[in-house]
Amino acid sequence: MEEMRNMNTMPCEMTSHEQDHSTSKKHHHHTHAHSSAHGVGHHLLQVEDLCVSFSMYEQNDSARFGDYLRSEKHEVRVIDGLNISVHEGEIVAVVGASGSGKTLLADSILGLYEPNSLVSGCIWFDGQRQDAASLRRLRGHEIAFVPQSVKALDPLMNVGRQVRGFTSLNGMSKRDRAKRQEELFERYGLPADVGKMYPHELSGGMARRVLLCCALMTSPKLLIADEPTPGLDLDLAVTAMEDFRTLADDGVGVMLITHDIDLALRVADRLAIFKDGSVIEETSVAAFKEGALETEFSLQLRDALPEFGFIC
Amino acid sequence: MLKAKNIDFGYRADRLVLSDISFEVMPGERVHLSASSGEGKTTLARVLAGYERPLSGEITVDGDPLLYRGVCPVQLIGQHPELMLDPRMRMSDTLAEAAEISSELNERLGIREEWLARYPHELSGGEMQRFCIARALMANPRYLIADEISTMLDAITQARIWKVLLEEVERRDIGLVFTTHSPALAERIATRTFRL
Repeated sequence: MEEMRNMNTMPCEMTSHEQDHSTSKKHHHHTHAHSSAHGVGHHLLQVEDLCVSFSMYEQNDSARFGDYLRSEKHEVRVIDGLNISVHEGEIVAVVGASGSGKTLLADSILGLYEPNSLVSGCIWFDGQRQDAASLRRLRGHEIAFVPQSVKALDPLMNVGRQVRGFTSLNGMSKRDRAKRQEELFERYGLPADVGKMYPHELSGGMARRVLLCCALMTSPKLLIADEPTPGLDLDLAVTAMEDFRTLADDGVGVMLITHDIDLALRVADRLAIFKDGSVIEETSVAAFKEGALETEFSLQLRDALPEFGFIC
Repeated sequence: MLKAKNIDFGYRADRLVLSDISFEVMPGERVHLSASSGEGKTTLARVLAGYERPLSGEITVDGDPLLYRGVCPVQLIGQHPELMLDPRMRMSDTLAEAAEISSELNERLGIREEWLARYPHELSGGEMQRFCIARALMANPRYLIADEISTMLDAITQARIWKVLLEEVERRDIGLVFTTHSPALAERIATRTFRL
C-alpha cells in the first residue's frame, strides 16, 4: 500500500467554532442540521480540499510493439477539491451518480490507497490532523467500515469467525465477542448455523448482513458504510438504517454512501450530493424531499426516484 | 407462456431451496417476484433461465421444454454483473456472442463506443450491467428475468435503463419477471406480484 504522498500540499487551519450555527447557516464549506453537534469544539471528521488522481498510461493504438512500450503516462483526476464534514451524532448521506468517486472518498478516509494514486488535501479526525499511517491505525478501531463488495469477506474463513474477529483487534474477550456475534446475528435474522458457513454459501443479502455485523462488533466513533443495503429486503434494510440512527443518537458519526436515497431520507440528517468527484450541494433531508434544491443535477436525481417521478 | 410446474430445487439434496413452486408468465406481463432475503428469488431466476436444472418438475416455454443448449429464449440479467461476464473477453466479443452489435441499442443504454474494447474489470458495476442488459436483449428473448438489476445504479441511470428495458419489453411483447427490494420501483413496473 502506497503512502499518502503529498498530504501536506494544502495549508489549512482549523478555525475555532465560536460562530453560532444558528446565525451562520454555512461554515467550513458545509451546512448544519439541528442534531449536528460539534462535541468539544471540533468536527468529528473534516475533509478539506481532497484530490485523488490516478496515474495511467495513454491509450496507444499504434501497431508497433515498441510504441506500445513507450506509452506516456498521464494523470486522471477523479476527486477534485472535495470538502465534507461529519459531526458527532449525525448521519450524512452521500448520494450521487455512479462512478463519481464516492467509494474513493471512503477509501481515502480509511487510508486505503491504490499504488498508482496521488492523494492530496487534509483529513482531520477528532481534532487531529491525520496522515496515511495514522488513518490506517484508526481503521477498524475508531473508524468502522462496511465495504461495498461482498467480495470483502474472506472466502476461506467461516463467517462467524470473521464477525467475531480477534482480541488483539477489538480488545474484547472471547466470550464477549461470541455473545456480541450471537446478538447481532439474531438482530439481523441470521440463524446461528450461518456462523459456520463460508461466504460462497450465503445469499447476497445474507453476505451483506454479515458485513454489517462485522462493522457493528466494536464501538467506533465514526462509521463509514459504503452501499450497505443492496440485496437486503426492505425490513432488513430498515433495521440497518435504524441501527445507524441509534448509533448516531449515541454520538457516533455516520457517513452513509448509498444509491437507496429513499432509505437514506428516513434516517439521515444531511445529504451531500456528489457529482464528478466533488460535493456539488449539501442539503437537509427536508429540503430534498420538497425539491428545494439549488443545482440542476440534484433536481434530476430527485425526480428520477421511483418515489417522486421516475423521470429521466 | 413461460410455465414452471411443481419445481423442486436445492444445491444439496437434503436442503431444498425451492419446493413445489408453480409459476406462470404471459408475454407482455411484468411480474414482480417477491420474497425475503435468502428465500430463493435468485435461485428461481436461475432455474427459470436454464442456469440450473430443477431436481423435479418441468419448465416449458410456449409449450416446448426449456432449452439447455444454444440461445435460451429465457434470458437472465443478474444481480452481480461482474459474475455474469467472462473476465477474459473484451466487451465487444461478449456482445458479439449474442448477435451483431447494434449501435442504436448501445446508445440508448448509454454504452460508450470506447467501452467496447475494454475488459470487464475496466468498467464500473453500472457500466457492466448495461452490457448485460444489451446482451440479453440482443439474444431476442421471449422472456426476460431481471434479478435486482438496478441496485448498483444511481437513481438517474436506474430510471433511464428501466425506461429502455420497458420500451423494448412492450415493443417485442416480452414477458418480464423481476425482483427488487424497492417497493416504489416494484409499483412503477409490475402488472402483478408473485409471492414466493
